[in-house]
Amino acid sequence: MAEIQEQADSGKGGKKRAKRSSTKIDMTPLVDLAALLITFFMLTTTFNKPQTMEINMPVKDDNPDSQTLLKASNAMTIILGEDDKVFYYFGLAEDNPEVIESSYAAGGIRKVLTSPQVKSNEKMTVMVKPMEGSRYKNMVDILDELKITDTKKFAMVDIADSDKKLLQEQIGN
Amino acid sequence: MPKVKVKRKNPSLDMTPMVDLFFLLVTFFMLTASARPDEAVIVDTPSSASEIKIPDTNVITITVDKDSRVFFGVDGQQTKEALLDKMAGKYGVGFTEEEKKTFSLLSNFGVPMSQLKSLLAMESSARKEVNQPGIPIDSVRNELGDWILQTRLTNPKVVIAIKGDQDAEYPTVKRVIDILQDRKVNRFNLITDMEAKPTNL
Repeated sequence: MAEIQEQADSGKGGKKRAKRSSTKIDMTPLVDLAALLITFFMLTTTFNKPQTMEINMPVKDDNPDSQTLLKASNAMTIILGEDDKVFYYFGLAEDNPEVIESSYAAGGIRKVLTSPQVKSNEKMTVMVKPMEGSRYKNMVDILDELKITDTKKFAMVDIADSDKKLLQEQIGN
Repeated sequence: MPKVKVKRKNPSLDMTPMVDLFFLLVTFFMLTASARPDEAVIVDTPSSASEIKIPDTNVITITVDKDSRVFFGVDGQQTKEALLDKMAGKYGVGFTEEEKKTFSLLSNFGVPMSQLKSLLAMESSARKEVNQPGIPIDSVRNELGDWILQTRLTNPKVVIAIKGDQDAEYPTVKRVIDILQDRKVNRFNLITDMEAKPTNL
């Protein structure tokens, strides 16, 4: 039926040509969609994995006989105080050493840890003693400083009463 | 001088290469994406110059938030289901299959064992709203220690990571480290943010 009708329409003769439409399509909506998806996936992806710091704690040893005492000349103590304060002294608390206040800035405790007094002494052991009022950030900061300055021998130690007393006498808070 | 005729071009341009590129990127991001897990609490970790990355799998994450509450999380659904079974046996709390399923999808939690059942019964939206008190870490009810021990028995390959908030109190972190050391874990990771390593020392 359709054929017959078509023939009737083109009565003029001559070939009937199929209308050739352009092959180009408008891709703008496609691009929009793709860009939207990219944005979505970029924002939901957790790209960089968190960094970690690996620390090894010394094995707890309850037997005091097997522990060796540290010589005063090889000891350095860093005390982490409240309000991001940091103090350090060389030697043992019993000898009433001078307690010096420092800071976490690049010119603070890092300078002390890279000073000849620490670096030239291979047996130098750094003891980190955080006070009750210190924050977790302080601990991470000091461990980071020790890592940056490549200090090999260090330990996290509980604060002793002698340290507190020393701090109270010399800094007075 | 003859007039310069501006050639009028068709403003529509061929977008095919652009679309190709976009779909390539979409595919890339879709394949690399791992949806951000629902954390029970948001912590702001301190930064460090360390460059070690945390492994993808077999990680116990102990989160300490700024109010010094302790949260526990472990990856792997099978691990979590087996772990819950063991903990249920130890504490005498029964869990239904559905609760186990919910637990295996939880990324971390911070409630004592006695409240875990009611936490699992909640809708996931309600669970986000609820204020989780943290896992008990005192020596009388050392549930964190049990969780760690049972996880290590379930999956011996686990690595332990502590994710602490900047403002978490040191004594809490110290207590967590002590618990780990009591369980003979002397090597663990502290999760930190990235920071540029200083070059001039």
